[in-house]
Amino acid sequence: MRTSLVVDDSRVIRKVARRILEGMGFEVAEASDGQEALSWCLATMPDAILLDWNMPVLNGLDFVRQLRQQPGGHQPIVVFCTVENDKEHVVAALDAGANEYVMKPFDGDIIRAKFAAVGLI
Amino acid sequence: MTPQTLALVRLIVQSRTGVVVDPDRAYLIQHRLAPVARREGFDSLDALLSAIRAKREARLMWAVADAMIPIESAFFRDGTPFNQFRDVLLPSLAANRRSGPIKVWSAGCGTGEEPYSLAMIIDAEQARYAATPVEIYASDLSERCLAKAQAGIYTQAEIQRGLPARQLVQHFTKHDAHWHLSASIRKRVRWRRLNLIADLSPVGQFDVIFCRYVLEAFDGPTRKQVLEQLACVLNPDGYLVLGDTETVLGLTEAFAPVPGQRGVFVRGWQQALAA
Repeated sequence: MRTSLVVDDSRVIRKVARRILEGMGFEVAEASDGQEALSWCLATMPDAILLDWNMPVLNGLDFVRQLRQQPGGHQPIVVFCTVENDKEHVVAALDAGANEYVMKPFDGDIIRAKFAAVGLI
Repeated sequence: MTPQTLALVRLIVQSRTGVVVDPDRAYLIQHRLAPVARREGFDSLDALLSAIRAKREARLMWAVADAMIPIESAFFRDGTPFNQFRDVLLPSLAANRRSGPIKVWSAGCGTGEEPYSLAMIIDAEQARYAATPVEIYASDLSERCLAKAQAGIYTQAEIQRGLPARQLVQHFTKHDAHWHLSASIRKRVRWRRLNLIADLSPVGQFDVIFCRYVLEAFDGPTRKQVLEQLACVLNPDGYLVLGDTETVLGLTEAFAPVPGQRGVFVRGWQQALAA
């Protein structure tokens, strides 16, 4: 089974995302900030990461920059999922090493389409 | 909604567009036609339909038909057909052409996501096809769809359904809450209002026809009629691309599936066997 990590400081968002990803056949783990997510990845690199931008401790952008520097850190497909919805944020996310970008609000169709676009389903 | 009202709307829509309004989805009639009634100055949907019964005004009947045409569109919908277009169909056609354009038609283009997805592919691949430029034509029956398509302005929800983020930043700019497609992509597409159940012979000849999730709105005889008309305007070495859930099997022998290329069809069974 493919593995995914949902990184968001909102418990509600994590719950919604978990339901969508489990429906797509992923095993789902959760982290509530970028630092917790980085620790998880250093132990077990997931196949996919659904990543919020604005979080305490370590934000999503700094997380993905640090992730890509780690051994094996280039492997996970990183999909931002954030309220930041201007072009400059999308460009910054891609430049930092993200693979795709979802703007909140989202639904299962949008997540499925984005995951399909990067070959995850 | 009375059975008479449902029957009248179904008759208006099917006779003009070929689209069959599913009786089980009668709720859509109220949802889609109430705004039409308001726009046309009627107090209610019943008042609009009463006026149509009394005067049989063509403009009002087309307004009803236009509102009932199903529109569901997405950039790079289903993904694979666009990869097939880029990796299989275009190279195959270019190899057969020494000069002259490859002509691609998005038939039933809705609000433009399909022809613009094709245009983005051509934009990325243009160096490979310098000797055989690719022209993209798009048609729809709905004036409201064509107007939106030609404007190239989409909501956040619309640009998220299938459009890769890299294509978004390359080809769109954001103004207020909407995303505007670049002029360089928009001007690659030539638009035309066209009814697929009318005579298609004046539209010319094409090398690829995308007609995805359009036929499913028609009944069996209309699907067959449209497919056989499409075969007449497709060049002998051309390709028809249908929706993932659509097929020609059991409808017509004017097309045959291309082995290994789901959703892609060529003219006639003999050509399929020779491929």
